[in-house]
Amino acid sequence: MKQTVKRIPMPVRYLINTVLIALLVFGSTAYVNGGGVSGYITKVLMVIGINIILAVSLNVATGYLGQLPLGHAGFMAVGAYTGGIFLKAVNASELGGAGYAAAIAAALVLSGLVAAFFGIIIGVPALRLRGDYLAIITLGFGEIIRVVLTNIDDLLGFKLTYGASGLKRIPKITSYFNVLVCVVLTCLVIHLIMKSRHGRAILAIRENEIAAESCGVRTTYYKVMAFTLSAFFAGVAGCLYAGYLGSLQPTTFGFMKSIEILVMVVLGGMGSMLGSILSAITLTALPEALRAFEDYRMVAYSLVLVLVMIFKPTGLMGQYDFSLSRILEKLLNLGKKSKKEG
Amino acid sequence: MAFFSTLFSQIINGLQSGSIYALVALGYSMVYGIIMLLNFAHGDIIMVGAYVVWMSMTSFGLHPLPSILLAVVVSTLLGVVIEKVAYAPLRSSPRLSLLITAIGISFLLENGFQLIFGAGAKVVPPLIEGPTFKIAGASVSTPALVTLAVTVVIMIGLTLLVQKTKLGRAMRAVSEDMGAAQLMGVNINTTISFTFALGSALAAVASALYLSSYAQASPTMGSMLGLKAFVAAVLGGIGSLPGAMLGGFVIGLAEALVSAVGLSVWKDGVVFAILIVVLLVRPSGLLGKPMKEKV
Repeated sequence: MKQTVKRIPMPVRYLINTVLIALLVFGSTAYVNGGGVSGYITKVLMVIGINIILAVSLNVATGYLGQLPLGHAGFMAVGAYTGGIFLKAVNASELGGAGYAAAIAAALVLSGLVAAFFGIIIGVPALRLRGDYLAIITLGFGEIIRVVLTNIDDLLGFKLTYGASGLKRIPKITSYFNVLVCVVLTCLVIHLIMKSRHGRAILAIRENEIAAESCGVRTTYYKVMAFTLSAFFAGVAGCLYAGYLGSLQPTTFGFMKSIEILVMVVLGGMGSMLGSILSAITLTALPEALRAFEDYRMVAYSLVLVLVMIFKPTGLMGQYDFSLSRILEKLLNLGKKSKKEG
Repeated sequence: MAFFSTLFSQIINGLQSGSIYALVALGYSMVYGIIMLLNFAHGDIIMVGAYVVWMSMTSFGLHPLPSILLAVVVSTLLGVVIEKVAYAPLRSSPRLSLLITAIGISFLLENGFQLIFGAGAKVVPPLIEGPTFKIAGASVSTPALVTLAVTVVIMIGLTLLVQKTKLGRAMRAVSEDMGAAQLMGVNINTTISFTFALGSALAAVASALYLSSYAQASPTMGSMLGLKAFVAAVLGGIGSLPGAMLGGFVIGLAEALVSAVGLSVWKDGVVFAILIVVLLVRPSGLLGKPMKEKV
């Protein structure tokens, strides 16, 4: 009579989630590698994974922090080129066993760190300013990155990015398993940070920056932190992209790419990780399924952006996030509802 | 001597492209001053204007002058329609939503035109013909002179309009304090529509001037032009009309000088680097007023 609501204790929750995620990762990898799906589908799945990482990471800056960076593709480019140059330098494809795995891990972490470093460089000055200036500075940064990647070789006289002709013959290290592990880790890290004290500070800044500041939240520090986190994972996604495609070109990472990622976040709902994931999946899979309508894709994207903003500014998912434990608890308490109220 | 004549002709080039940036920057600045929106679609209105000129000259065989007038009319209408359809419903929602909508409209125009007319550039017949003058060893083309003259006339006209007329006073009042202006009997909707119309008309003039020296229209021509004009508006101090003019000329000259020393591929990078430095050192721009924050 006193204990009417059943709760699942925390260790059990963690256990359930860990087991389910491990099942998902290893089970689906075994299925994919065992020839359960065609090579084409596997490739689409990898692109979906990369896009999920991009959308979820941009969601940190847009959804949780409430800023509008327009240079996410720039961070992705930094990560992609770092990863590509590193993988070529260590000749990853000729390393065996543990060396190969270590090279991949090192490339991913290095790409993330270099992108995060750029995130700090851009974020520290830009985030002190308020309002739309962050959007403009990041937009400018994205364009500068593209110009630099195209022209740096001519200026310095050595072969690093190979300019407009593109960086080619990057070892193709990206596999379904790699991507999936990165997706899980990205979501996990972002989720844990957002549930922590730091995450609450970031949300407080989004809700009301002045109020947050007056409550003792160090606004600039947390803004830079969220922004850097976002850049880090964009870099990781870039590295996966480099290892997936095997060649890179500066024009890939233009303003258009940033907007594509932004559409995923906005459509899914700013501030909802589930929303970002779902819309990344939909917006990657749908154009693949509708190849015939390729020309209309960007028109449709922009229309969706405008219509969502006018009719449902919170996005399709709003700020709703999925929690398995919450659903289980609801099921456990289903029969008790009438008693509790009575 | 050769160096100075090159420098001089680059300065003329810089002033010419600077005038175009200044005209476009005025549109950004006015809209930002009134509803605090970075109107990303502004650059694409230039593109629409260019396509109207191209169509009316090649398909309908019109004389350049009526074509330009037609472009001004179409762009003005388009600017007002965009404001009514996409921005007006969002006037009370967060600024982020408004900004994202503007980006969406910009992409819609670019990709829509690409779908209709194809991605390739359309060659526009020459709009302004005339001899090339020799001044101090440098050659100065008629379009360059016309561009400069038109820009100066428009700027004087615009300043008079904003300072002396009733609508201009309404515009300044709304940008100062929208609520108070409304209480004083200023019709907010008309004023905002008028601002968009004015900005879009200036963009159409800019597009005609652009075509007079580059003679090509393509779906994405507006995006880079618009972005640079926007940088010019921020550099001069967004919301300030003399600032937008000054910013336009500074950006145009900076580009020309970077090209003059042989680094033309770095042009875009330099423009955005200028933007970042300005925002760090003087966020309110060269002539802008520092923004106060109300709690």
